[in-house]
Amino acid sequence: MTTPQTPQTDTRPEAETHDEATTLLVEPSSLPPRERLLKTLLHSREISIFAVLVLVILAATVKNPGFVFSASGWRDLLLTPSMLLVLAAGQTVVIITRNVDLSVGSVLGLTAYMTGRLFIDHPGLPVISVFVAGLVVGAVLGLVNGLIVGWGKVPALVITLGTLYIYRGIVLTWAGSSQVNASDMPAGFLSLGTKQILSIPVLFVVAAVIVVAVGYVLQTARSGRELYAVGSDPDAAVLYGLPVRRRVIAAFVLSGALAGLAGVIYAARYGTVSSDAGTGIELQAVAAAVIGGVAIFGGSGTVWGAAIGAVLLVTINRALPMVGISDFWQQALVGALIIGAIVLDRVLATRQARTLIEARDEQ
Amino acid sequence: MRTISRRTAVIGAAALTIALAVTGCSKASTGGSPSESGTGDGGSKNLNVVFIPKNLGNPYFDASDAGGKTAVGELGGKYSQVGPQAASPDAQVQYINTAAQQHASAIVISANDPKAIGDALTQAKQSGTKVVTFDSDTDPQYRDVFVNQASPEGIAKAQVDGIAKQIGDSGEIAILSAAANATNQNAWIALMKKDLAADHPNIKLVDTVYGNDDDQTSFDKTAALLQTHPNLKGIISPTTVGIAAAARYLSTSDKKGKVALTGLGTPNQMREYVKDGTVKEFYLWNPTDLGYLAAYAAAALVDGTITGKEGDSFKAGKLGDYKVGANGEVLLGDPTAFNSSNIDQFNF
Amino acid sequence: MSTTTYRAYAHPLWRRLLLTREAAVIALVVLVSMWAYSNVPYFGDTLTLTYLLLDTTTILLIALPMTLVVITGEIDLSVASVVGLSSATMGLLHEHGVGMALACVVALLVGVVCGALNGFLVGYVGLPSLAVTIGTLALYRGVAVGLLGTTAVTDFPKDWTSKASQVIGSSGIPSVMIVFAVLAVVFILLLHFTPFGRGVYDIGLSSEAATFSGVSAKRTKLVLFVLTGVVSALAGIYFTLRYGSARGDNATGLELQVIAAVLLGGVSIFGGRGRLPGVIAGVLLIGVISSALRLQGVTVNVISIVIGLLLVLSVISTPVLARLSDAAARRSRAKRSSAGPQTVVSQ
Repeated sequence: MTTPQTPQTDTRPEAETHDEATTLLVEPSSLPPRERLLKTLLHSREISIFAVLVLVILAATVKNPGFVFSASGWRDLLLTPSMLLVLAAGQTVVIITRNVDLSVGSVLGLTAYMTGRLFIDHPGLPVISVFVAGLVVGAVLGLVNGLIVGWGKVPALVITLGTLYIYRGIVLTWAGSSQVNASDMPAGFLSLGTKQILSIPVLFVVAAVIVVAVGYVLQTARSGRELYAVGSDPDAAVLYGLPVRRRVIAAFVLSGALAGLAGVIYAARYGTVSSDAGTGIELQAVAAAVIGGVAIFGGSGTVWGAAIGAVLLVTINRALPMVGISDFWQQALVGALIIGAIVLDRVLATRQARTLIEARDEQ
Repeated sequence: MRTISRRTAVIGAAALTIALAVTGCSKASTGGSPSESGTGDGGSKNLNVVFIPKNLGNPYFDASDAGGKTAVGELGGKYSQVGPQAASPDAQVQYINTAAQQHASAIVISANDPKAIGDALTQAKQSGTKVVTFDSDTDPQYRDVFVNQASPEGIAKAQVDGIAKQIGDSGEIAILSAAANATNQNAWIALMKKDLAADHPNIKLVDTVYGNDDDQTSFDKTAALLQTHPNLKGIISPTTVGIAAAARYLSTSDKKGKVALTGLGTPNQMREYVKDGTVKEFYLWNPTDLGYLAAYAAAALVDGTITGKEGDSFKAGKLGDYKVGANGEVLLGDPTAFNSSNIDQFNF
Repeated sequence: MSTTTYRAYAHPLWRRLLLTREAAVIALVVLVSMWAYSNVPYFGDTLTLTYLLLDTTTILLIALPMTLVVITGEIDLSVASVVGLSSATMGLLHEHGVGMALACVVALLVGVVCGALNGFLVGYVGLPSLAVTIGTLALYRGVAVGLLGTTAVTDFPKDWTSKASQVIGSSGIPSVMIVFAVLAVVFILLLHFTPFGRGVYDIGLSSEAATFSGVSAKRTKLVLFVLTGVVSALAGIYFTLRYGSARGDNATGLELQVIAAVLLGGVSIFGGRGRLPGVIAGVLLIGVISSALRLQGVTVNVISIVIGLLLVLSVISTPVLARLSDAAARRSRAKRSSAGPQTVVSQ
């Protein structure tokens, strides 16, 4: 019996416990767990983006130590990405199922304006209720998307494009030409925009908790792991008996709810909400996810990567003027990053496919 | 069954089409039905004024257009306000075109660019509409009259003097403006630079950023300014959206009180920042009066009282008599300074 | 000698022509126009027609190559950014004193380069077009804004800008429609009457099968994306001249309108289906509805909702109609088999 050569560089002992009939293409690693963890971490996409993020922050801090080492600097470093963090988490879940949700920007605008209106029309409303309202309204808007995509078998790109128009139109009609001003909102709510616990902004804590929760569900919960299955091969998932439709609808509901929450965060941070709040942010959310390693074809990627991608995007934007590049070039840089990320994904995937084919051919 | 239902569907659709064509195919009347909104034939003075601000959702223009509405109401005409969401020149062109199509008597517009909307305005003038610019002008050949709030020199000098007083006449300052092409802000900035060079040699203008009259952009740009220039002593923001956003950011940052902020702002938006010490003094005129005057100027053009020539004079309701100056320009008055001693007296 | 008789399976010609998606959209355009002509004041003026066509020219132009791209199953979200980039290039060159004709040529070349990058990444490297064009959307727009900032170059020579808004005689039809008409004829010929066009449909239906039957999917996609880039650049030149303003952020959001129009016109997002006349009707439908609503004094918001609803409905209608016609076909097959064979063709 020939010993199948494994593609991994580490040696492995003879597989005496295996049947002659079943030989694995890629043998499980025989490294001790600690080293295995270290190796996975170091080779992971998330670490490389994190490294880029650290580099960017370093470069900016060298130019202006106040970027990190001042009260406002530290606060803004964590506070400014909070909104995009929440959006990126929701977008990741949808992209993993091989869909995309382009309506999040309009949902954000709608809930941000709604938050303001709630405070204007019902003064004395407790702050927690606007958070709940934002989540619920966002979830309902996401449900619309999910139902149409799940039942209609129509591509999510087109449907969410349509709902992007429709929801934005609703905000515009509702708001007219008026806007919600900072003076209309209670001080308690607005202070959330800058309040800190132990020098960490409250809004960042909220965003971080959400990212951790989503990541935990995706990684350990059955429903979370099934999302990956739905994304990598929907037909196989159906044949396997997974509740594909329910998972897809749930993904869109989550994305919508998180977009609603992001709208409330927007209102707390900026104070003034006009009817074009959130225009264009959906592409940033998709960009954050793609840069963070979430494959646009679904089935792979983690929310940690998307989170780091979100922070990276926002921090690059803030750091550019400090390094002397006009922030007008920020969008070009983002575009280059996206293309680079996709090409990198492709190269890695091809290499992996080739390795697997070689392993198969060597038998 | 199936073929019948398919056939009936087709026949039904054809019948519907023919029916619609027969009953409806007369050209729409341009003045009769009460439900239509685009004509002026019913009004007593044939006056149909369309206000086109730089963008909608801007409290400054809400105030000025409200003034215009009052004036048009006093004159017995029809008032409407249309405009784009974002303050960009090409977005205004569509609204100018629509007003021209509806044969409006007059357009009162605050221009996002001195030249870009020129062709559309010329076409509107050709179809009989009078063009009045207010607040932000176009090149003189595209409009009949320009209603200016105050002399640009006065506006620029007030802000420069204000910031100089607050920072001790030396240090770094920056300007947070509106859109990069805005005629009025650019005129004032040019005059500010001249004034700084002539009278305040120890003040250095290190940066000019553009907030596009968008609250979120202005907010983020203020944050970026403070990050990029740690030695900044003062910010001038000659736009009400900019100064409100900058004040809001400044009041929660650790630079509050250390970086002076002044510019053009509305009392209602700035009141809380004057009271909490973020802003000491800022300037403006009364935008409601500006819109009011612009509407009266438009009406005067429509009924032939003035033609935009220098020396023409007309009566502007409760504001009194106004004369047209050089280049077809009408001046409202002088800017007012707002600070903690008088801010509670105003409501706009 | 008697010949075997065959059942006629093909639908009669009138049904093949009239019961299609394209015919429905064209009928809708006609209906809405007639309604607007009677009920919306000033809709019948030639000025309205002029402005309608001038406003929709950009979308009309870009929708032509976009249709072909969508038929192959790909998508190009970067078209609006190419419009902006070509506009910014023109502005930048004009600011530095370069002549208008040369500036236009350079702008077109910029479009070629942009399209070639898209086509290379999608066709040859094999990346998904959605992700690639989201990236190039940001990249090209970013370069455009980086070149000009938010300043607009607005002092273009009058004789060039008036050419963009010129009308043919007193008909109210802008002369730029001639350019569009020529391009439309070229694309219709290309798509419906050449092997290249058949290849486009084949790729949309099955890329592998197309490759096996000799169509070079890679080269076709490259060509299509380059065409999209050039036409977008052309639209950018027109946009700049029409509004007299070159800005980095010109035409932001245009790609969504183009795709909405293409999908409305009956092109399937999955590829392999759709025809150009339907798409042209789709663009005109959106244009007529927007124009009529605007003249009624209805604001942008409602127009936005209407377009979104149209888009969603048009996409949902495909599977719904398919399910209906499947059920109907099943019923008729049952009926036919019980009725016995019919002779249609005889000696």
